[in-house]
Amino acid sequence: MTDINFQTDDTVDITDVVCPITFVKAKAALEELDEGQTLAIKMNDGEPVQNVPRSIKEEGHKILKLLDNGDSTYTLIVEKVGD
Amino acid sequence: MAVDYATLKKGGFMRQKQKNNFSLRLRVVGGNLTAVQLAKIAEVAEKFGDGHVHLTSRQSVEIPFIKLDDIDNVKNMLAEGGVEPGVCGPRVRTVTACQGAAICPSGCIDTYALAKELDERYFARELPHKFKFGITGCQNNCLKAEENDLGIKGGIKVKWKEDACISCGVCEKACRTNAITISDGKIKLDESKCNFCGRCVKSCPTEAWDTVNGYIVSFGGLFGNSIAKGEAVIPFIDNHDKLMEICDAAIQFFADNANAGERFKFTIDRVGQDKFKEKILEVYND
Repeated sequence: MTDINFQTDDTVDITDVVCPITFVKAKAALEELDEGQTLAIKMNDGEPVQNVPRSIKEEGHKILKLLDNGDSTYTLIVEKVGD
Repeated sequence: MAVDYATLKKGGFMRQKQKNNFSLRLRVVGGNLTAVQLAKIAEVAEKFGDGHVHLTSRQSVEIPFIKLDDIDNVKNMLAEGGVEPGVCGPRVRTVTACQGAAICPSGCIDTYALAKELDERYFARELPHKFKFGITGCQNNCLKAEENDLGIKGGIKVKWKEDACISCGVCEKACRTNAITISDGKIKLDESKCNFCGRCVKSCPTEAWDTVNGYIVSFGGLFGNSIAKGEAVIPFIDNHDKLMEICDAAIQFFADNANAGERFKFTIDRVGQDKFKEKILEVYND
């Protein structure tokens, strides 16, 4: 599965903010999308990558993949669910 | 007539430094009170106290400045709102709990239901010394389970469901004990590292885990004049009835072995950690 190339509709970088703004910024980016569209969320290792995916799940969106960028950042691929 | 302070204390009336004034401790379970109970407590504090209440360190409420002559009237008025006096002295104290799985997204067990059950089973039971139960819903340990004579911590035992897994990689990073590694799309769970926190389950987008919710129990914690962390002498308990049997066995061990005025930890230390462990393991393995 790792060599699937994820084409997303939008990207957001949350590496410049800390909890809880990480989730707020990701959530705001998801709100811009239509149902079924995908978002790439770039986040830091540590607390963001431990907690943000779960918060996205609790919001009801569909997580597709977490990619290790190899530079202490990760990219979470999310499909928007709901309006 | 001499005032029987011991009986008053047993009934939750704590003598104040101000003569003939008592701070009345109330029976609270798992830190929850209804709005009706709160309104009645406020009414009693206004009418019989000095208009304030104290929130205790263990989730109870005390109404200070109750006069000796008003004790019966106070009890009757509180009863109208479904409020009872609490206890102090050598017996089972307030059962404390965090909000748990009924309210908190992190909760792994229904702490309030369990607190009510333990309260009904043991509250005010006479023992050689005080005995405190505390229940926390998960590894975040908001309720500080290990500072209680018997602490209960909720957890989730997990097993990977390969067919439901999309190998997204989220759980490997959500795990804080590095118990999960993924290679070639397969998850490997190192059970010796898993602390049952359930973060893999709560973050998994496809519910690719079989789960058993259960309990991690610690014994002999205290946090007063002496400070000691309760020790978990048995593995994860995955069954509610077994938990109750273990609580019964622990409290019975204390009742049978403790000297008057000796906290659980010191009884375990004096009789022997190995003997206590043997007793509890016997119940665990039964």
